[in-house]
Amino acid sequence: MTDVSYRELSLNGLWKNNPAIVQLLGLCPLLAVTGSVVNATGLAAATTLVLVCSNTAVSLVRNIVSDAIRLPAFVMIIAAAVSCIELLMQAFAYELYEILGIFLPLITTNCVILGRADGFASRNGVVPAAYDGFVMGAGFGLVLVFLGAIRELLGTGALFANMDLLFGPDAAQWKITVIDDYPNFLLAILPPGAFIFTGLIIAGKNLVDARIKRRRDALKAAPVKGAKRVRVTGHIS
Amino acid sequence: MALLRVTSPHAHGPMSTPRVMQNVLLATVPGIVVLTHFFGFGTLVNLLWACLVALVCEAAALKLRRRPIGFYLKDCSALVTATLLAIALPPYSPWWLIAVGIACAILLAKHLYGGLGYNPFNPAMAGYVILLISFPLQMTAWTPPRGLGQTPGLVEALQACFWPSSYDGVTMATPLDLMKQNSSLLVADLWAQTPQFGRWAGLGWEWVNLAFLAGGAWLLYLRVFSWHAPLAMLASLGLFAAVFYDGGSSASGGSPLFHLLSGATMFGAFFIVTDPVTSAVSVRGRLVYGAMIGALVYIIRVRGNYPDAVAFAVLIMNFAAPLIDNYTQPRTYGRRRDGSEQ
Repeated sequence: MTDVSYRELSLNGLWKNNPAIVQLLGLCPLLAVTGSVVNATGLAAATTLVLVCSNTAVSLVRNIVSDAIRLPAFVMIIAAAVSCIELLMQAFAYELYEILGIFLPLITTNCVILGRADGFASRNGVVPAAYDGFVMGAGFGLVLVFLGAIRELLGTGALFANMDLLFGPDAAQWKITVIDDYPNFLLAILPPGAFIFTGLIIAGKNLVDARIKRRRDALKAAPVKGAKRVRVTGHIS
Repeated sequence: MALLRVTSPHAHGPMSTPRVMQNVLLATVPGIVVLTHFFGFGTLVNLLWACLVALVCEAAALKLRRRPIGFYLKDCSALVTATLLAIALPPYSPWWLIAVGIACAILLAKHLYGGLGYNPFNPAMAGYVILLISFPLQMTAWTPPRGLGQTPGLVEALQACFWPSSYDGVTMATPLDLMKQNSSLLVADLWAQTPQFGRWAGLGWEWVNLAFLAGGAWLLYLRVFSWHAPLAMLASLGLFAAVFYDGGSSASGGSPLFHLLSGATMFGAFFIVTDPVTSAVSVRGRLVYGAMIGALVYIIRVRGNYPDAVAFAVLIMNFAAPLIDNYTQPRTYGRRRDGSEQ
């Protein structure tokens, strides 16, 4: 794999091969910490940072590390990156660090990261590897934040509560109360709600894919007006 | 002579799905009447609103799934789900509580799994449990039964349902709550000191349970279901209560009669446990299924966090029903138990 299409990489990470809703990797943090937007954003940012760092480092050492010991080596790299992120979070967002708790160190075992390290970074150059880490992290993070928003909105009737944990004291006013006097729908915040809404998001994605495919097929089948005989090879698009 | 090739089974059951569902609906009437007598019009308002929401949800789900809407609406299964959930909810529930419960029951528990006949969980109980864990406050607000307080009228019932912010209801701990919270009184003293207890169990509740027993007995007489699962459930619940009755001490979980006539026991035994879709199928399987539900009801009632347990017990055993069926397959005629030919 020498020539890498960045467009293809972006499309893969964000949609076609999205780690969270297509590969279904990293479900444990996805289900556990997406109770609110702020938690989801925190974990999404941490995971993306780790992915970029680990992909870059793995790509750098890909020609030195032998095949037999590559997995332990990659895990060491990932664990080192996670430790750095953890320390950073302790320094700059301590309260969020407390809330995310065990799920920060557990990023080490997130299959998305090891999967990308072994499946992509160990076979590609540094720049594509770092970019792949970024889009994969972004794809994962977007699903996390989307799920967090749905669950927070349905669970508490508000959005963006406690954003000051992540973005400093000014962000305390970001909270939007959508429905006043809302009886908290606890199921949305509890883990079963995470399963249900993840399933619904996956269903939604499949629906959109099916729509796109149908539209494309319809376009392909539609006769081109005016054109009677066109001498071309391949598809008319 | 032309012979028609007709495969077995040659005997047809006279009951169609709509017929069974209609009978089940009819059989809930005595229970609903007694509930209305003791707790006022709240149950009826619950029921009407729940049926309306259920029909809308069912029609919407069928439309999305491109199924014939009229055909499936006429089988009354959505109405049965709505009725069972409406009975289980506390009277004078707000409209949104009922709507969320019905929507979860019909859309999530029934149609996501493929509709009637494919749902692994009893839709009404799934909806009830979702509501119970989501809105514990609203779900435990039972009004005092007739004889202990004012029973609200029809206007107040409508107001409580459709304009909940303006309604100020009185709620009271149910007998199962009292029995659970009791830690210092002998059962006899508890009975004497709290007005919520009646002759055998809770005031009002004992008659509600007897009415559902009557409805269930009628269904049993019509052979809508077999006796195995409900009787196994009642027997095991009674047995557990008898074993742990402890002579009516302060640590007692309550007498067998109290448990058999409290909360949702009879309603659960004859209207929930007998669900043909989600229960075990074989005769021995139904005995195991019912008995396990009875045991779980007692354990969760006495040791768990929630006062009543029928919904939780039923859902847990819904999970287990395929496993039970796997281990209780009846012997095929002409073969040995291990499946080899004789």
